Amino acid sequence: MKLHENYKDIPGWGMDADPENEPTYPMKNYTGDDHHRSDYPRSAPQPKDVEILMSTERPKISAVFGNTVPPSGLSGKIRRYAFSHSEDRYRHWLPLILADRINVVEGIVSDIKKGHVPNMFAERGWKMEIKHNAKGFALKVATTAALGIAMYWLLCGKKRK
Amino acid sequence: MEYRGPYRVRTVEKPMPQILHPEDAIVRVTRTCICGSDLHLYHGMVPDTRVGSTFGHEFVGVVEEVGPLVQKLKVGDQVLVPFNIACGKCNFCKQGLYGNCHESNPMATAVGGIFGYSHTAGGYDGGQAEYVRVPYADVGPTVIPPDMDPDDAVLLTDVVPTGYQAAEMGGIKQGDTVVIFGAGPIGIMAARCAWFFGPSRVIIIDHVDYRLEFARNYAYCEAYNFKEMDDPVVFLKKTTDWYGADVCIDCVGCEAEGNALQTFSGRIAMLQAGAGTALQWAINSVKKGGIVSIVGVYGPPFNLIPIGNVLNKGITIRANQASVKRLLPKLIDHVQQGRLNPKGLITHKVPLEDVADAYRLFSSKLDNCIKTVLIPSTKA
Repeated sequence: MKLHENYKDIPGWGMDADPENEPTYPMKNYTGDDHHRSDYPRSAPQPKDVEILMSTERPKISAVFGNTVPPSGLSGKIRRYAFSHSEDRYRHWLPLILADRINVVEGIVSDIKKGHVPNMFAERGWKMEIKHNAKGFALKVATTAALGIAMYWLLCGKKRK
Repeated sequence: MEYRGPYRVRTVEKPMPQILHPEDAIVRVTRTCICGSDLHLYHGMVPDTRVGSTFGHEFVGVVEEVGPLVQKLKVGDQVLVPFNIACGKCNFCKQGLYGNCHESNPMATAVGGIFGYSHTAGGYDGGQAEYVRVPYADVGPTVIPPDMDPDDAVLLTDVVPTGYQAAEMGGIKQGDTVVIFGAGPIGIMAARCAWFFGPSRVIIIDHVDYRLEFARNYAYCEAYNFKEMDDPVVFLKKTTDWYGADVCIDCVGCEAEGNALQTFSGRIAMLQAGAGTALQWAINSVKKGGIVSIVGVYGPPFNLIPIGNVLNKGITIRANQASVKRLLPKLIDHVQQGRLNPKGLITHKVPLEDVADAYRLFSSKLDNCIKTVLIPSTKA
């Protein structure tokens, strides 16, 4: 017997099914449409005008998508690699995190190339820390500075040896 | 608003968004919030968050332009826009799972499209802007009732539905004891909404005293600081007659505090998708056969949680992104009848131009901040 064609012939098939037992209700109003799988009416596809990286777990691109910030530069290359692996793999997610960090450096370089030096003080909203948490913020800055100096001293000390 | 890297955002001039699909609309934003889950992006915790992105998935505004196939909205309509982008046609949308649409995000199958929430959630620009592109404009956006305060409306795009669904998924029975982890805006709203289902006790756990005090007053609940306990799980067992809570709700997600191993492996070394402390506590604090509801946001790969205890205690776990569209009619009624006061959560209103200050204020929990609303300066 080919099970996928004749599964309803299996003795007892479906006899204990309880339509009331729907653990996802009321989030999900079960209609049985899941069994039609990917066969449902779609909206017309959005024209693709930039590079869109697509999950390998999809047969085709969704009808609409965001077209912001297409992949570019070194981070873009890493993102393309990441998207050659499924969402199940660390090889997908870890490279994306790496690409995000590289992308930050690319952003700073791009700013400077355009003649704009990023205002880290303003972009990090430190004004609020000084206004509402002056002591804590000063302590944080002092600790970071002390750790930085200690690291520098350790590294330079090693080099001297 | 533009993301430049972890803890760095700024305002910039960007080109006007365009109609890219016949079912799109362009909305002029009049109010937009910073969500607790935006902080995960701001802190660099969500993979594929690209420099140059605009965040923001909680916004209301005025329809400025509609695509040729949009029938239900017209230019000038004041709309609240659910945070999830839903086609209304796929099998998931048809069954009410508007937070799991299959036709709004080509970049991942584990999450539907969300405004301004990284390329993992579709690569859309968000609403922390003067104008925003809104796909599937006939499905998600809802015209704001004329008598509704826009401050209430903007919180109906995410906070209220997510808090409500957190309680709803708990399957709360009359007389139950409900424990909520996290006294951020979602946790406070979940605590308030839990009462709609008839529990006898609602307990909220956090470590920020001003938020616990706010929760006591806003959500009529018991509130406890876990930093004042030896062990929050033992505390909760003891306070439930050594039985465990009937329902536990995780409203914290990946940036939880309270467990050094979880914090190091999840938030510092990023060896797991954030710290699973709240979820671990929820599983270990709920009774045998109890229900754990999750609305706290975690990253995609995996988390260290005591799954063996889930099996051995017979726990039911229920979780999802809120199905905003499904819940809106009921929640609008609760607001209009005065049973819910969403705008009571708002503690700060900040011009959009000061977005970097607003993020810092919320992220560092300064000035007793609970919920920040950004106001763009654009005039009609």
